[in-house]
Amino acid sequence: MSLEVAVAAALFVGVIAYAVLGGADFGSGFFDLTAGSSRRGAELRTLVDHSIGPVWEANHVWLIYVLVIWWTAFPESFAAAMTTLVLPLLLALLGIVLRGASFAFRKFSETLEQARLFGVVFAASSIITPFFFGTIAGAIASGRVPLDGSGDRWSSWLNPTSLFGGVIAVGTCAFLAGTFLVADARRGGHDRLAEELRTRALVVGAVTGAVVFAALWPIHEDASTLSDGLAGRAAPLVVASALAGAATLGLLWTRRYDVARLTAVAAVAAVVSGWGVGQYPWLLVDEVTIHDAAGATATLQGLLVAVGLAAVVVVPPLVYLLRLTQSEEWSRH
Amino acid sequence: MTPDVVADVLAQLAASTEPEGLMPARQQMALSLGWHIVIACFGVAFPAMIFVMHLRGIRRDDPVALGLAQRWAKASAVLFAIGAVSGTVLSFEMGVLWPGLMGKYGDVLGLPFAFEGLAFFLEAIFLGIYLYGWGRMPPKRHVLMVLPMAAMGIFGAYCVLAVNAWMNVPTGFRLVDGEVTDVQPWQVLFNQHALLQFAHMWLAAYMVTGFAVAGVYAVGMLRGRRDEHHRIGFLVPFVFASVAAVCQPFMGHVLGLGLDERQPSKLAAFELALEEESPAPLRLGGVLVDGEVRGAIDIPAIGSLIAMNSFDDPVPGLDAIPEEDRPPVNIAHWAFQTMVGIGTLLMVAVLWFWYQRRRGRDLLEKRWFLRGAAVAGPLAAVAMEAGWIATEVGRQPWIVYGVMRTEDAAGSYSGLWWLLGATVVVYTAMTWGAVVVLRSMARRWRAGAVDLPSPYAPEVVAGTSGDER
Repeated sequence: MSLEVAVAAALFVGVIAYAVLGGADFGSGFFDLTAGSSRRGAELRTLVDHSIGPVWEANHVWLIYVLVIWWTAFPESFAAAMTTLVLPLLLALLGIVLRGASFAFRKFSETLEQARLFGVVFAASSIITPFFFGTIAGAIASGRVPLDGSGDRWSSWLNPTSLFGGVIAVGTCAFLAGTFLVADARRGGHDRLAEELRTRALVVGAVTGAVVFAALWPIHEDASTLSDGLAGRAAPLVVASALAGAATLGLLWTRRYDVARLTAVAAVAAVVSGWGVGQYPWLLVDEVTIHDAAGATATLQGLLVAVGLAAVVVVPPLVYLLRLTQSEEWSRH
Repeated sequence: MTPDVVADVLAQLAASTEPEGLMPARQQMALSLGWHIVIACFGVAFPAMIFVMHLRGIRRDDPVALGLAQRWAKASAVLFAIGAVSGTVLSFEMGVLWPGLMGKYGDVLGLPFAFEGLAFFLEAIFLGIYLYGWGRMPPKRHVLMVLPMAAMGIFGAYCVLAVNAWMNVPTGFRLVDGEVTDVQPWQVLFNQHALLQFAHMWLAAYMVTGFAVAGVYAVGMLRGRRDEHHRIGFLVPFVFASVAAVCQPFMGHVLGLGLDERQPSKLAAFELALEEESPAPLRLGGVLVDGEVRGAIDIPAIGSLIAMNSFDDPVPGLDAIPEEDRPPVNIAHWAFQTMVGIGTLLMVAVLWFWYQRRRGRDLLEKRWFLRGAAVAGPLAAVAMEAGWIATEVGRQPWIVYGVMRTEDAAGSYSGLWWLLGATVVVYTAMTWGAVVVLRSMARRWRAGAVDLPSPYAPEVVAGTSGDER
């Protein structure tokens, strides 16, 4: 593996981690928004708060990781994407700001009115953020971001591939969150809530799976390079994703929630990896390859040192945190 | 103004070669960075104060100190959350506002950001563990979870300052026919200027956070609440702030040495020096109007002493700088003087406090002192902002000193003014939310609430209220 590809792979690991870990946080906002009136939804909202409270900031850092590696390793393509895709990027950013702030504010609200206001902002922005990130992925994957940054500010992300990308992103986030929340609810002893969430997670999963496979057709028409990649090199990942998704639905159906979390993560990781492998060796599809987009060699080497250090010093405490939050001890209400 | 003049000004503006995105990008960056660094100060300095308080609570089995540590931890949860998102805004803005800089120099300046990301990662992880670990972890292990936060806040600040120091004193690359080559990213991370800039900012963070937190308890004492809770709630952060306030002027002086060679235009603007003088006076106040200094008070020779560490070394003047390379002189001069003025005032004030205390007089009994302590936090924040304005505006028109002009870094967007307007709205709302929530937390604590349950339903669901989350 060349140096450039190694760094691109490290970057893409960040994309997958953000899609899975950050995605589950965003998806919790979907369930929070659709939890119903304050009386009916209180139990679920408390669960959401409990479930993502300790981890959302750490999960959020994957986004910073991706941005930093991107601009450091592939600076010109970063500037190009930021210029062409300025609108969806800013809208996603707006969602990130509103979501993070209002989630923290809601936790310490004094009155129900305040909690309601901050809660709606948190939940709504949890949905718009993955949507716009999905459109951005679609824009890059369909070859709409030229290296000189001169892509159309609107049609670059308002097109079939991008819009499907947005919907898929929202769906996969909700699907992930559903399986995690079901498991959390049962561990916390909220059996009635777990049953309710199980039904909703099944529906969300089925719809998202259908959308993912329905999207293959517009992608075929609209983004031929990606489509060829998906049918070729990335085909095993597409199949793996389908299998893992179906398995998750089966496990949810039979109430084996602990295993369902793993297959859900596998399904989403496979879908996202399918995108990455499908568009390889392009960084910006049809515009610039990973190899040509790379910056200075010394910098790429430095980045790999940073990534290696991260693997050593960040992953163990991250695993510790995630284990704590998934433990019985921290689940007790 | 007559219509002619207006038309003339408009024509000049229209004819200017500045890219459309330059002015709004500048304002946008100033707003979002100026907002973020205040919050970032808490990320850098608060964990150390929480650690000391928490440790005191455990060591002396002191419930008051433990209670304070727990409250501070909860307040920091709110501050860190808005710090995390406003920091994310900045990383987007690097690309959105300054594509010229990032496209060309992204691989030169990027490595420190990668390490900053690493630091932020650890900080966020241990914040999660610490905040949610109250009552769930053995106390001795729990308190140790603050230490990585404190260390990483400091390391992360160093990394960001390394990039800023690089913008002031670029290194780690060569320009050959306009192409960036021979990139040495480690040289940027460990550039010789970074440590000094970092140290100055680090002390500023302790001043802002220490004075602000102490000020909260000073206000409480002014309102007659004079218990142990308020006494140590004031003193612990005040000790941090005092040490920082006394060291800061010296640190700033050391940082400023050599500025005449690094950035003579910045020094000349700070000193409002039109021409080289030897020895140079210290020029207090004053504005530059039509090439003349008006209203300044000159103190002979002190300018040379402060800027050059000597009684007669000349301070360079603006006349040596081509007009198109000069920064906005008045802004840089006033920002610099504001910073120095407030910094000196705070240093004198804390020295006086500790001197009196040594003599057995407790100034905490004096209302005038408490009033002063209450405004010290905002003052320190103003001084820090002024310092940033001085260093950033003083570097203009360069984004990378001597290498890239700010106008070449900006994009050619239309519509950035709309973005600025939206940002003002969002940041105002975020500030409002934080103030409302923090104040209501304080109010509920005063009323005797301990756990601050989240009110998700008309009546809080039974069993969730005793939660320490």
